[in-house]
Amino acid sequence: MYQFAYHHPDNLNQAKELLTAEESKPIAGGMTLIPTLKQRLAAYESLVDLSSIAELQGISETSESIRIGAMTTHSDVHHSDTIKTKIPALSHLAGSIGDVQVRNRGTLGGSIANADPAADYPAAVVGLGATIHTAERDIAADNFFTALFETALKENEIITAVSFPVPEKAGYAKFANPASRYAIVGVMAVKTRSGIRVAVTGAAGSVFRVPEMEQALGDAFTADAVRGIAVSSAEFNSDMHATADYRGHLVSVMAARAVDAANA
Amino acid sequence: MTVSISFQLNGTSAQLDVADSQLLVEALRQHGSTGTHIGCDTSQCGACVIHVDGKSVKSCTMLAVQVDGKSVTTIEGLTQGQAEDMHPMQQAFKQHHGLQCGYCTPGMVMSAIDLVNHNPDPDEKQIREWLEGNICRCTGYHNIVKAVKHGAQMMREV
Repeated sequence: MYQFAYHHPDNLNQAKELLTAEESKPIAGGMTLIPTLKQRLAAYESLVDLSSIAELQGISETSESIRIGAMTTHSDVHHSDTIKTKIPALSHLAGSIGDVQVRNRGTLGGSIANADPAADYPAAVVGLGATIHTAERDIAADNFFTALFETALKENEIITAVSFPVPEKAGYAKFANPASRYAIVGVMAVKTRSGIRVAVTGAAGSVFRVPEMEQALGDAFTADAVRGIAVSSAEFNSDMHATADYRGHLVSVMAARAVDAANA
Repeated sequence: MTVSISFQLNGTSAQLDVADSQLLVEALRQHGSTGTHIGCDTSQCGACVIHVDGKSVKSCTMLAVQVDGKSVTTIEGLTQGQAEDMHPMQQAFKQHHGLQCGYCTPGMVMSAIDLVNHNPDPDEKQIREWLEGNICRCTGYHNIVKAVKHGAQMMREV
């Protein structure tokens, strides 16, 4: 690892100030950033640790949505009684990320800022139609993930929280890499108060919705409605774990399982 | 840059001078807690699992500066150094031979204790799921799972 200076501000303004410095980077749970630094795939003059900032913590509930602080760990999302009651699929998804120790450190904000194509949270954020709050503005989920490891965030813009509208029902199913538990394909199927949303992670460079499935589920919210819908795998990821065609097959299978989970 | 950090290490106050970029596992080992092992060094194998403020974490993927003001427990913190004082989970690993080479064992034990703190009576499936982040290349896990189940029982009885 190359040397860097470490800062741990206890408020957002101080963090923003520190992040105006050249070659600085915010660190959340560090579950991707620290391995990246160790492999010397990245190097920064300074890291700004967001873990002591109270404004980025905590889970709160309004009548129609749940707001989760960006620095909330996957474990805390998984074990939250509020989330288990209101959006059980989100609790399930958070509990399926990596392993216990990764979930004890990794955070919601860190995960979506990183925008790994195989991460689970993008499926939840887009599937549930969440809103990403940053220190400067609100960004709709559909506009947030732009490409492989790319988001609508500006350089060092800090995510403060994510608000998830409480759905009528939601289910998440993934075909996990057996070693890392990253999603080879993960599908979130959601019946929101304003329509159906189906979001797929792991298959392509970035999370995406499947309009054909959303339309079919609008007519009948059943696994059979999506099982036969094939998606084009022309642009899908292909690697040692799964070919693009196999990922395409998995999208239909996982979508059906996600709908079953939502209806359970 | 070097910073001075203070934290609780196995119940006693520790003060270390560490580089900003030093990994926690390296700082602990240099301080003498060599029971915390470096296995894969890529946060997959779990040989470096310790507890920070009571939660299991992989110390190869945390910076030493991040435990400033916190409480850290390593495998050394479970006993007073005498075999008869072993933690029930350690006794169970010994009794069921939940190890062969032993390299992964400190991390396994620290993970298993965190499991029992959450779930005092885990079943086999829950134990296997919880140990997802701890890799053993010798045993095939069979005796580890038996050890954790028995260790949990002994921890309930203490």
